[in-house]
Amino acid sequence: MKKVSRVFTYLFLTVAGLIMFFPFFWMFLSAFKTSAEVTASPPVWVPSSFSLINFQLAFEKAPFLRYFFNSILVMVLSVGVTTLTSILAAFAFSRLRFPGRKTLFTLLLSMMMIPFEMLIITNYRTVIDLGIYDTVWALVLPFTSSIFYTYILKNFFDTVPESLYWSARIDGSSNWHYLWKVMVPMARSSLTTVILLNALASWNSFMWPMYVIITDSNRTLPWGLQVFTTEAGSNPEQQMAASTVVVLPMIILFLFARKYIVGGVARGGLKG
Amino acid sequence: MKKDSAEKDLLYRSKFEIIEPYLYLLPFFLGVAVFTLYPVINVVLMSFQEDYSMLTRSFSGWGIGNYVKTLNDPNFWQAIRNTLHYVLLVVPISLVLSLIIANLLNQKLKGSAVYQSIFFLPMVTSVTAVGLAWKFMFNNRGVINYLLGFLGMKAIPWLRSAQGGAYNMTALVVFGIWNILPFTIILLLSGLQNIDPQYRIAAKVDAATNLRIFFRITVPLLAPTIFLVCIVNTISCFKVFSELYPLFGGNPGSMGNLYTVVYYIRTSMMQYQDYGVASAAALILFLFIFVFTMAQTGIRKITERRKVS
Repeated sequence: MKKVSRVFTYLFLTVAGLIMFFPFFWMFLSAFKTSAEVTASPPVWVPSSFSLINFQLAFEKAPFLRYFFNSILVMVLSVGVTTLTSILAAFAFSRLRFPGRKTLFTLLLSMMMIPFEMLIITNYRTVIDLGIYDTVWALVLPFTSSIFYTYILKNFFDTVPESLYWSARIDGSSNWHYLWKVMVPMARSSLTTVILLNALASWNSFMWPMYVIITDSNRTLPWGLQVFTTEAGSNPEQQMAASTVVVLPMIILFLFARKYIVGGVARGGLKG
Repeated sequence: MKKDSAEKDLLYRSKFEIIEPYLYLLPFFLGVAVFTLYPVINVVLMSFQEDYSMLTRSFSGWGIGNYVKTLNDPNFWQAIRNTLHYVLLVVPISLVLSLIIANLLNQKLKGSAVYQSIFFLPMVTSVTAVGLAWKFMFNNRGVINYLLGFLGMKAIPWLRSAQGGAYNMTALVVFGIWNILPFTIILLLSGLQNIDPQYRIAAKVDAATNLRIFFRITVPLLAPTIFLVCIVNTISCFKVFSELYPLFGGNPGSMGNLYTVVYYIRTSMMQYQDYGVASAAALILFLFIFVFTMAQTGIRKITERRKVS
């Protein structure tokens, strides 16, 4: 009986896993197929050669290299600044004393339920007013502070014993020094989680770029990819090659940092 | 309280130290104020401003005209209907599937890292990119119809039907479930790992079957997590948009009748330049989310109180 349920477990998980992985499998394989193979019916499973010609053609038809660079730029800037503002705010909420600290934090937490979809209308106008509409800055500036990441970091800072803080202070350490020399190194694991979740959200972000970027050379990967498929009658095999380029960096990142990402998601979820 | 005054005695606070917290908070609040707080207030105001023009930044007057217009728009009701359909299909189905998978994953398995990686992959990959893969798979001559052919089914025009919107919705729901599954499994799995294994061991000693343990012990103990998952997924499914967009090349379904609430907001804004209607629709969306969030906090408080007593 026990053996039967064991076999069933593996069988079920394997079949379910194959179904879950199938879209990726199909995407990767199709990226190498020829035009004829990709539209063949019944479908051709394994491409006749693994040449990179579809990648080359996709990169020629649309500036994917540029999209890639923009995505990296936006990700580095917004993750960098958000991490900085979150560390500072989390430290203030966790260790420093000022009137209304708890009320303010509760208020911020309640703001987490506001969907970004609701803010788009005004932020669209703000971005125009700031003169950054249709530039990569429009993709960075609205994402420079995050209540959620501040909340995660504050939770960690709260677990550091207060006595440590006071003994450092008595030894003449300033708040600033204590934060960067003691707290931040200790928070390495929470920081990694915050940075990874933020990087994922930034890289995959689609809706906001769609609203504020119209110039082709300012697009990031997902929005550039979407336009590529609707505009210039591109072939499915090239679309799949381009999709592979968008998806692969995050898959690799995930395989290396699964523990941090899964832990972070279990604690509060992904943006969006 | 006592501690705070002790601290004050311990350390003399310079003027700098009194304003120091605000300096730490300033960069954070700058972002929150400009891109969250201000937009929330403004969207409420805008929803009551009639004939708002983005060009001149002017409006003709205050009133509930935008709400009247929105609630009289058949497209808006279609969006609500589609969104509710989507929620009612995706949330329960993904919950049941995730419960089974999480329960199976929550034991010592050979290659559990491989299984986990595969199940969690859709969570980290761009919805746009994998949406294109699904679009390609759902093609009339695509691989899904080919595989269904083995079950004796005729090719189904999933994304192209001119008469059956139900096919469009099915494709969207299948993609939506696949996409939300990793997140759901992770939440349930972490809930399962918090259950004291002693309960299960005790039941095993009493020779309870696995199925009985699952329904009589695991599910009741997991109830708070299951509830949380339902709420969080309902809220995220209410906002369905990024799944719809790549599947139909940016159109709301192949017949233009698969509007969702967020798609409706986008169309009002970008196509009709009707920012008032977009704001009103956004507030109605928020109302839904607010109610569900309140239900969640309410239930959480009740279960926490029960734990204490």
